[in-house]
Amino acid sequence: MNDLVFTVLRLGFLILLWLLVLSIVGALRRDLAIGSKARVGAPTAREIRKDPSLAPPPEVPAKQQAKTLAILEGPLTGLEHQLTASPILLGRAQEATIVLEDDYASGRHARLFPQGTRWFIEDLGSTNGTFLGEAQLTRAQPVELGQKIRIGKTVMELRP
Amino acid sequence: MSELETAPVPRRNMELLLLLLALAVAMGAYYLVGINSDDGLSEEFISQGLILVGLALVFHVVLRIWAKYADPVILPVTVALNGIGLAMIHRIDLAKSDDTAFRQIMWTGVAMVVAMIVLWTIRDHRVLRRFTYIALAASVLLLLLPLIKGLGVEINGARIWVRFFGLSFQPGELAKITLAIFFAGYLSSNRELILLAGRKVGPLQLPRSRDLGPMVVAWLVSIGVLVVQRDLGSSILFFGLFMVMIYVATARVSWIVIGTLMLVGGGTFAYLTMSHVTRRIDGWLNAFDPDIYHAIGGSRQIVEGLFGLANGGLMGTGLGNGSPYMVPLANSDMIVASLGEELGLIGISAIVLLYLILVSRGMRAALGSRDTFGKLLATGFSFTLALQCFVVIGGVTRLIPLTGLTTPFMAAGGSSLLSNWIIVALLLLISHNSRRPMLSGVSATAEVATKAPRRSPGLLESIKEHKR
Repeated sequence: MNDLVFTVLRLGFLILLWLLVLSIVGALRRDLAIGSKARVGAPTAREIRKDPSLAPPPEVPAKQQAKTLAILEGPLTGLEHQLTASPILLGRAQEATIVLEDDYASGRHARLFPQGTRWFIEDLGSTNGTFLGEAQLTRAQPVELGQKIRIGKTVMELRP
Repeated sequence: MSELETAPVPRRNMELLLLLLALAVAMGAYYLVGINSDDGLSEEFISQGLILVGLALVFHVVLRIWAKYADPVILPVTVALNGIGLAMIHRIDLAKSDDTAFRQIMWTGVAMVVAMIVLWTIRDHRVLRRFTYIALAASVLLLLLPLIKGLGVEINGARIWVRFFGLSFQPGELAKITLAIFFAGYLSSNRELILLAGRKVGPLQLPRSRDLGPMVVAWLVSIGVLVVQRDLGSSILFFGLFMVMIYVATARVSWIVIGTLMLVGGGTFAYLTMSHVTRRIDGWLNAFDPDIYHAIGGSRQIVEGLFGLANGGLMGTGLGNGSPYMVPLANSDMIVASLGEELGLIGISAIVLLYLILVSRGMRAALGSRDTFGKLLATGFSFTLALQCFVVIGGVTRLIPLTGLTTPFMAAGGSSLLSNWIIVALLLLISHNSRRPMLSGVSATAEVATKAPRRSPGLLESIKEHKR
């Protein structure tokens, strides 16, 4: 094996090694871009100003289905949970759908479940109770869009 | 604790692409070693190379089936590191007419199969939370195993090996997994208690003395490992692991302050009383002193490694063209120096970057995880990998004293490969659970929410009855 071929192969290997590193970093960059809030959530005001076609269609107030559960206050503030047809268990227990890291919540605190076109909330015998608007829950009650649900220090609402 | 969500996209094709590139790097390294040896390309090039390619592809398929949403970068990085390590060990075998590479590829196979079994059996990392205290018992047992007469053996002054049926194994390597599981389980349950109680002194919120208990226990375990097993590296690893996990769990700087004070105390004590620690530190501070260089257990190993690195320079001598075999333990403890010599600064920085990417992906899995236990576990595991790299590479380059920790995935040694592959499997699982869609019918969380009430209708009914 002559020296020239060897040198080329030696440098070629280093290039290959760096190619691997750079393509991994490239893949990560795409990964991070997908994770950014802008793509998943609604376009921000600034994006709409730049590109008016991104503006959301005017809202139709009648007969809107709840699609997300948004947390407004408490340790998980800002979390938006996509609703599907399955019920949601709220509480501090690790098996809960949304694990509330709230000192005033019970392990299995409340259950949010769909029935027909509406969502109902039911307290599962919690210590500090579940509040819908101002009233404490005594039985399962339907939840309207935008109505505040409070568990401990956590406040959440349903959004279309 | 913070949480970041990623859109649920499997990205397995991206993984395949990167995996092929990683395998090309590994095979390229093997090929260069082969053409530079006197005998030309050996049969090992084909057999060992094909085994590695086969194993990596099977692992990829397993991920496609059981952990579809796992991080696409972790597997290719690990395979690339493992492959480069294998090629280097094979290269040193050729110089010493040894057969370590065969054993290494065998252990790689065992480790990857065990990792796949872990993926298949555990599925959801939260299962591990149930074994919090069993994991503690297992760690103690694993750490005590080498001390049993007839089972444990002493190699190079450290009593950390067990030998049975002619196979030697380092149980302490597995103990870092079980300890991480215990710390994660314990801290995720007691986090709030530790967080809320305590007195404030100046800017520091001090923990209550009884919450200090586990920290003291971790410290005593590390000191015990150091005194009884004479293993400085593992001792640093265990204590660092606990310090980081409790810091991440509580976000209190006071833990770092207390931990560092304990570390300084323990370190001074060890330096003053234990001869092997004294030797290590002297060999680090006065490495080029002729007396220390020629002493038994002196600084010859480090200095030879530094000469090797200097010989490599920027571009390296090329795989198979340098003389890394002159350094003692060139294929295990000092493999970084061997690689640095033959790949140069450019090559070794690429390898360090691969480690950095691996660790950062582990941390990313921790950020994405939806439960405290998963967060702490992923943080603990990725920190273990990071600390091992720091201690080894720092030791070889004489930034810190050289201690006997293994370079993850690269150094020759079955126990370290096995435990690091298990760590990778668990990180893949945690990232799979954190990236998959939250409620799509297949999600475990959804299953629990729908099934749990059905499983215990009696309880729910009785609550309703009570309300009426």
